Amino acid sequence: MNGPPLLKVSGIAKRFDGLVATDHVSLEQNAGEVHALIGPNGAGKSTFVNLLCGSLRPDAGTIKLDGADIGHLSTVERVHRGLSRTFQMTQLLLDYSVLENVQLAVQSQAGHSFRFFKSARYDAKAMAAAMACLVRVGLCERAKVRVADLAQGERKQLELAIALAAKPRLLLLDEPMAGLSALDSQNMVALLQSLKTETTIFIVEHDMNAVFALADRISVLVNGRILMSGTAAEVKASDDVRRAYLGEGDV
Amino acid sequence: MRALRPALLALLIVLLLALPVLSEALRQPAAIGLATQVLIYAIAAMSLNLILGYGGMISFGHAAFFGIGGYVTGILYSHFAEHSAFLGLVPGTNDMLIVLPLAMLISGLMAAIIGAFCLRTNGVQFIMITLAFAQMLFFLFVSLKTYGGDDGLMMRRRDVLPFLDTRNDTNFYLVCLTLAGLWLAVTRGVVRSKFGLVLGGLRQNEQRMEAIGIAPYPYKLVAFIIAGMGAGLAGALMANYLRFVSPGMMNWTRSGDLMMMVILGGVGTLMGPLLGAAAFVILESWLTTLTENWQFPLGLLLLALVLFTNGGLAGLLDRLWGRTR
Amino acid sequence: MLFLEQLLNGVQLGVTLFLMASGLTLIFGIMGVINLAHGSLYMIGAYASALIAAATGSVALALCGGLLAAGLAGFLIEFFVIRRLYQRGHLDQVLATFALILIINQSATMLFGRQPLFVKMPDGLNGFVTLLPGLVYPIYRLGVIAVGLSVACGLFLLINETRVGMLVRAGATHREMVRALGVNINRLYAMIFALGALLAGLAGVLASPIIAVQVGMGEQVLILAFVVVVIGGVGSVRGAFFGALVAGIVDTMMRAFMPGLLRHVLSGPDADALGAGLASVGVYLLMALVLLLRPKGLFVRPA
Repeated sequence: MNGPPLLKVSGIAKRFDGLVATDHVSLEQNAGEVHALIGPNGAGKSTFVNLLCGSLRPDAGTIKLDGADIGHLSTVERVHRGLSRTFQMTQLLLDYSVLENVQLAVQSQAGHSFRFFKSARYDAKAMAAAMACLVRVGLCERAKVRVADLAQGERKQLELAIALAAKPRLLLLDEPMAGLSALDSQNMVALLQSLKTETTIFIVEHDMNAVFALADRISVLVNGRILMSGTAAEVKASDDVRRAYLGEGDV
Repeated sequence: MRALRPALLALLIVLLLALPVLSEALRQPAAIGLATQVLIYAIAAMSLNLILGYGGMISFGHAAFFGIGGYVTGILYSHFAEHSAFLGLVPGTNDMLIVLPLAMLISGLMAAIIGAFCLRTNGVQFIMITLAFAQMLFFLFVSLKTYGGDDGLMMRRRDVLPFLDTRNDTNFYLVCLTLAGLWLAVTRGVVRSKFGLVLGGLRQNEQRMEAIGIAPYPYKLVAFIIAGMGAGLAGALMANYLRFVSPGMMNWTRSGDLMMMVILGGVGTLMGPLLGAAAFVILESWLTTLTENWQFPLGLLLLALVLFTNGGLAGLLDRLWGRTR
Repeated sequence: MLFLEQLLNGVQLGVTLFLMASGLTLIFGIMGVINLAHGSLYMIGAYASALIAAATGSVALALCGGLLAAGLAGFLIEFFVIRRLYQRGHLDQVLATFALILIINQSATMLFGRQPLFVKMPDGLNGFVTLLPGLVYPIYRLGVIAVGLSVACGLFLLINETRVGMLVRAGATHREMVRALGVNINRLYAMIFALGALLAGLAGVLASPIIAVQVGMGEQVLILAFVVVVIGGVGSVRGAFFGALVAGIVDTMMRAFMPGLLRHVLSGPDADALGAGLASVGVYLLMALVLLLRPKGLFVRPA
């Protein structure tokens, strides 16, 4: 794994009305590695995710994917460069079937959708690709179900299937465990374990068990800054991290 | 109910085709005119439904394109009648085969321009802006004294078709029926295509669509243009039916009427706009025979529909017809 | 001097638009409701004051009656219709308030006929003042400007200095938050709506001696008020104020001077026709320009 890192964030900063949300954050991630970002509430994790995927524009700093600067690109352009994300609060097309949700992502990957007269159902290739993604996350039996009728755990699985349909080089997971039952969490961790060989994963997560089970490298974000970066063992051993989680004011 | 759908559809088609004979047999000559209006409004309502029902864009200015289609027809006819040319360049014509495509083209162009601005916003601003641009065109045509201003333009005769006498009301009805059928087929194709899948996705969650790499703006704009073209076609037909165009065709209340038709029939359904247009035209003509203040009961009805049936008749029709996407 | 006179006319139209647009923008910003029937409240204010003025000849009674009628209508509309629409989508709101326009306009036609009412200018206010040498201006219109500006000041004080105002400001950006704070939302909403109704009614009362009081007058000004809201930014009273002044002045100026300017370039009738056309679309072109540069409006910070 030598060569340039897949993701290289350098000195990225964002402020809202004078409030510094992201304070010159830099981090790197090699291809094939699982990188986790953790931090207490209000540390600026959401802002960082939004900066990475292009919902927000940084005030300073650069974001490089495979050496190419993507910091000025829109969300849509970043997706086509291979940066795909899931949402903490699931964002799904509730009136559509599970399969249709994934099919749209496949369709987007295949080029533009200005095709007016052929029924979307007749694209066997797209249907098969979408189905494969559903099989991958274990949702293929629910393919014809309306998303509005899905349970929360299934919705999280579907989020993942949609993100995978974009064939990402970097998969950005925004709190995939949030809102899941203990059992669903376990299943999700197992699922993500099995994905490690297929794609590079950047995960933002509160669930420490999940993070320690999955991550090769962990970065700790506190008050918009990277407090430390290291392996699970190093993070567990760090006094600074413990202090940050217990609350700085008390120490 | 779902099993009955093909049978109901077949019955509807037979009824529509047999209407000229029926109206003669039942000595109801007015029925054919009423039915013609229903079909014309159905085209306009179908086109509005594409953006409103399927695409989730609440346009309150759709009558603008209806009016533009009408004015293209009226202006071409007036130059034809005077043997003059539009802006000294484009000669007039009364050939329906030229007028209708041209009306659609110009309406589509206007929709492209207006849509390009309006779609930079969404939500409540989009509603206000579509309304404002439609009103702008309304005032523009009011001030265009060359083309009748407030009073509008009369056409002495309908535009002509080869081999078919359009002055015969039955023939004109059949022309409208054919075009309404064609537009229905176009809508059905578009809605079920990949484009339609994207459009429906944009209605449900734009953020999700961006996250899978689909930029909303171009798709919404193209849908807006298609809708504008449909309204333009309807407007051109209406100008021919009435042999008259006026700024009233693009008045903001006309946009409201079109919206009402879509709601009456069922938002985001294929047949809804046709049923809604029928319900609206028949209701209007019935109310006007009862009282000259027909807008009062119409308003009460609409209000009751929105407040108490939870989304209008749409819910009811959903259950009857099954939601089609 | 003609220029200054037209500028004042523009300001006068501007403050009328402000009275309409501030209510609209507040009602949308805080309650999330788009109210097409706002123009009807304007019409109700104008009709009530016109009828009372004709019957009693009293300016004070006409003013109070107009405000009372608009306020009462606003209360009824909020209580019976708007209250059911808070949780609904924009489409239902548009349709329900469109239905209200049909009902109210038709009622006005049934009650008062299609003929416009003309209100006699109140005695004592029908004179002219000389503002500058050569600039003679109607007292009444100056009064309208003064009233409009003082209402604007009052509104700014209300929003920036009082507890209600704090809720209003908070509600415009964090609707859920205000709800979570345990504020009686129904009462706050009813108050906001009543305030909007009073402002619209006041606009109608003030306009009644200047324009013809007739059915449909509300919608004309409503659509201009929409333009103002778009220019200023949805939810911003400050935006509504500057947007209204800009729109009022641009509209008046274009109508007054466009044909004249074009006559330098084109021949008489052509210039008049084109000028009239351009003048009538002037504010809309302004709106389009704003949309190009700042889609969220001039006074709303881009995200």
